[in-house]
Amino acid sequence: MERILKSPNVTGWLLAAPLTLVLAAFLVLPIVMIVIVSFWTATDFSIVPAFSWENYAFLFGSEVTYRVFLNTFKYAAITWAVTLVLGFTVAYFLAFHVRSQTWQTALFLLCTIPFWTSNIIRMISWIPFLGRNGIANSTLISLGVIDEPLEWLLFSDFSVILAFVHLYTLFMVVPIFNTMMRIDRSLLEAASDAGASGFQTLWNVILPLTRPGIMIGSIFVITLVMGDFITVRFMSGSQAANVGRLISNDIALLQYPSASATAVVLLATVLLTIGILLRLVDIRKEL
Amino acid sequence: MEPRPRSFYILAAVFGLFLLFLYGPTITIAILSFQGPEGGLTFPMRGVSLHWFRDLFQEQAVGDIWGAFGRSLVLGLLVMATTVTVSVMGGLAFRKRFAGSALLFQLVVASLVIPSILVSLGVGLIFSQAGLPVHWASSGFGAQLTWTLPFGLLIMFAVFNRFNPAYEEAARDQGASAWQTIRHVVLPIIAPSLIGVALFGFTLSYDEFARTLLTAGSHNTLPLEIYGMTTNVTTPVIFALGTLTTVFSFAVIGLFLVTVWALGRRRARAGSDAGKGV
Repeated sequence: MERILKSPNVTGWLLAAPLTLVLAAFLVLPIVMIVIVSFWTATDFSIVPAFSWENYAFLFGSEVTYRVFLNTFKYAAITWAVTLVLGFTVAYFLAFHVRSQTWQTALFLLCTIPFWTSNIIRMISWIPFLGRNGIANSTLISLGVIDEPLEWLLFSDFSVILAFVHLYTLFMVVPIFNTMMRIDRSLLEAASDAGASGFQTLWNVILPLTRPGIMIGSIFVITLVMGDFITVRFMSGSQAANVGRLISNDIALLQYPSASATAVVLLATVLLTIGILLRLVDIRKEL
Repeated sequence: MEPRPRSFYILAAVFGLFLLFLYGPTITIAILSFQGPEGGLTFPMRGVSLHWFRDLFQEQAVGDIWGAFGRSLVLGLLVMATTVTVSVMGGLAFRKRFAGSALLFQLVVASLVIPSILVSLGVGLIFSQAGLPVHWASSGFGAQLTWTLPFGLLIMFAVFNRFNPAYEEAARDQGASAWQTIRHVVLPIIAPSLIGVALFGFTLSYDEFARTLLTAGSHNTLPLEIYGMTTNVTTPVIFALGTLTTVFSFAVIGLFLVTVWALGRRRARAGSDAGKGV
């Protein structure tokens, strides 16, 4: 008995048991359930156990699906590019240009605090800015830049991506800042001694060393944007669609089997994307 | 100190604009929530009043937001306590390799990247097929843990990556049992980071929307209630509610930060007693 309890496997299993149970019950089982239900059929009121490919046939046979998936990729790609450039710049400033540690901590906290507040409220906050009579339009008009209020500011692809960038740039800043802080400063000195310009150091030394942070940030941003349904719905005024909205619309109509089939395809797409990104980085080493 | 390069000022300007971008909208709705009774969802301000905050306390204007707030608060505390306990245990488990640890780690990463709506849908389906009613404290609670636990665990990884095992070895050399080592050496050292895990657990739960959407049942949590309001409320009362919950979030964050700071102070004052026993 004594020997069994001292075995590293048993201690590990006991300590990891609660985590494993929660993930098994609320992550693995639900995903298995979705896969099963995706083969079921539905009437107007209930879902019927079956084994039918009809949901998938309908999904892949519909032109809407391809358009919506393409739109989802478009949102993910644009948001990724913008948050990467913005997040890298912010992290670079914090890590290499702010010299006092107190300031560094304070400014870093300022960047992360919104992460702990409500996303929905942060989305609502854009209405007075972007609306037809909002701050952006009235400022531009009073500056004489435009004569008519711009209609595409709110409830458009622009506002959707703006909200994504607003909500998710922190997910880039934090991991990139984290890796930048671990870069040995003597490497930068060496680069400068060897005659590298500031930009050459940035491009040839800092950027490659920051790659793991960039990868982790990218994984967060891409999965959050691809799985989103609420931001697209709210910020586009229900005019644009992505895969998440396709699923949530089916759910609202109680078409669970069809929602599940779409969910399975979305899951496969997300996991494939992440699988590729994970080949490029070892997360546990980078924390 | 060498003079700052020109790039510093450009980057500082970018950073300032980024902060404005982050906080500007929140500040705007905070100002607009003080609209006069005639005011609308955007500027100009038509007078200044507490009208919309008063509305929040009238049932017919906003529905059951106080009930929702209470539920979100209780759920947040439940999720927080569970996240801290389970993450610490998980963090300790992962310090040594055990059979299945690699698989479990992949599951944790999967929990982070699997879209929230899938968790919501799957948990909802399981409960309905099992004939169990969905409720925020059962299905909602479990669904939220799939989001808070990975964060808690990643923080624990970061903590234990920097943990000096010499302290534990010293405790063992003095004859401490495994439990005594954890209770009197490991836990006190990692305590400040646990406050961080607690902050993640509480706030992520308090603000969670997608994972609770299909798992909360007939009693809404606050984010669900607010979302419902966005579709049918067209007055600044929603800004007042937004401002109030943001102030609440800031107060919670502030409380956590002050606790971390106070712990750090106490530790610094108590200091190291190395050599004093001689």
